[in-house]
Amino acid sequence: MTMRERSLIGLVGAMFFLLAVGIGGIYFADVAVATDFTAKNIAPCLAHPFGTDWMGRDMFARTLRGLALSIGLGIVSAAVSAGIALILGIAAAVLGKKVDAVISFLIDLVLGIPHILLLILVTVALGRGFFGVAVGIALTHWPALTRVIRAEVIQLRESPYIQVAEKLGKSKWHLIRRHVIPHVLPQFLVGTVLLFPHAVLHESSVTFLGFGLPSNQPAVGNILAESMRYLLGGQWWLAVFPGVFLTIVTGLFYAVGQNLRKLTDPGSVHD
Amino acid sequence: MRDTWIRIGKKCIRFLLLLFCTSIAAFALMKCSPVDPLQANVGQTALGSMSAEQIEKLETYWGTNASPVQQYLAWITDFLKGDMGTSLLYRQPVSQVIAVRLANSLPLLLFAWALSGLLGVMLGAVAGMRRGKWCDRLIRGYSLLISDTPAFWVAMLLLIVFGVWLGWFPIGMSVPIGVAASEVSLAERISHFVLPALTLSLTGTANITLHTREKMIEVMDSDYMLFARAGGERGFRLFWRHGLRNILLPAITLQAASIGELIGGSVLVEQVFSYPGLGQAAVQAGLGSDMPLLMAVTLICAALAAAGNLTADILYGLVDPRIRKGGAQR
Repeated sequence: MTMRERSLIGLVGAMFFLLAVGIGGIYFADVAVATDFTAKNIAPCLAHPFGTDWMGRDMFARTLRGLALSIGLGIVSAAVSAGIALILGIAAAVLGKKVDAVISFLIDLVLGIPHILLLILVTVALGRGFFGVAVGIALTHWPALTRVIRAEVIQLRESPYIQVAEKLGKSKWHLIRRHVIPHVLPQFLVGTVLLFPHAVLHESSVTFLGFGLPSNQPAVGNILAESMRYLLGGQWWLAVFPGVFLTIVTGLFYAVGQNLRKLTDPGSVHD
Repeated sequence: MRDTWIRIGKKCIRFLLLLFCTSIAAFALMKCSPVDPLQANVGQTALGSMSAEQIEKLETYWGTNASPVQQYLAWITDFLKGDMGTSLLYRQPVSQVIAVRLANSLPLLLFAWALSGLLGVMLGAVAGMRRGKWCDRLIRGYSLLISDTPAFWVAMLLLIVFGVWLGWFPIGMSVPIGVAASEVSLAERISHFVLPALTLSLTGTANITLHTREKMIEVMDSDYMLFARAGGERGFRLFWRHGLRNILLPAITLQAASIGELIGGSVLVEQVFSYPGLGQAAVQAGLGSDMPLLMAVTLICAALAAAGNLTADILYGLVDPRIRKGGAQR
């Protein structure tokens, strides 16, 4: 089996799993918040593979629901963040030195404040909840991808076909639309997918701290924050399974990104 | 040499400018927040029972009816003089709260920073030299796994295993509960310190390990390595004489630049272990709408992170003879 085939299989498998988690989360939306006080604090068993919590809610359903919420939020905010990165990256490379300096400074500014703290500030400013976290993540995750795109476009500008098009008197907008964007698109897509795991991790972290999704939502951050109160009572399953699944989901997003990178890189055909 | 000093000077000016803009950004974000400074300070009921004139007097007293620019200038000049305002939650000057918190956090950050750097370089070098062997796979797998794992969950796992099941370490705080501050022994302090420090070190190693590994692979592929190996050098001697110096520079730079990330991790870890450090203060301040404290913590953390980046930049130019001798400007 060639490397490309293996990558493709890995990609499809990971996507399938993530899709299953998403669908499971939608399917279990009601079960995840249904309480059953006759079945509380049950350790993992066949009927409740992840156990139940102190209100008898099924942890398997809650975990899937929480992951689906995180994935949804992660995708939305990472996509917005990637859009910002595309625009700023191209603008920095094409619109001259002054714009470049300003955007580089902005990148340093955002990278200068630790992510979590900036997220706390943004969520405090916008009010907590879905909107606050989504905006916070969108505003904090673009710098790395912007740098990549900027570097790529600067290199691209020196290439003959762009120079020729410029000499032919094509407008900047035409150059960007017809020549630059198609060229950076694969890298942009891979970079966007690789933003997801960060977005999901930061969403759950900031929710865990109490700044993210409201506590009545079964987000993974909330589930884990609640489980903190029951650790001493020995209810380890409340913390272990949601955490394991969160790690699996971020790992799979990462794997999807890496495999996508290999598949979109024409040089890898020979591996 | 003169060029080097000019370069360093420029970096320092950029550092100050960056901090200045950070303070503006933080202030602007705070202004956007729905927290009403009057209501937060005097309380809703007290504010409701006041007459319009009294409220106006209060507004002039605190300067809340001044323009945002004036407010910012007043805040930042006081801040630079050391007057960071009064914390709403603690009813103490913010500078005092920060001093206590910083004294708790700094040992944690320093320890985790040093240990993760040391471990990361060692693991990365071993993995890079044994590329493709089982120990490379193990180290690489571990690093990738850790970088996908949320830091607070690692903290919780360590808490469950070492705090609850094995009972080796206390489950939180920085000192035992119900003991006078003067009677806390060093051993007790250390036993409270171990788990948070360990968590931060573990989560911090992943990045530097992966980067050092890449660099080591590059070094192993080089001509001078090939020559040294053809001459019969191998193992630790090969690493000591030809590998270490070449991987150390990027490692140091990376580690200096990772302080921001470390602080971010410490916010989560301190929260899990109820460790009374700077990060926990940030969370409490954010949840309790204690704006003066939140702003001060943000600025100090940003200053620490930016100082790390600045050090990385300067070191990069000073340590590497190729850059020091001019030419390569980043």
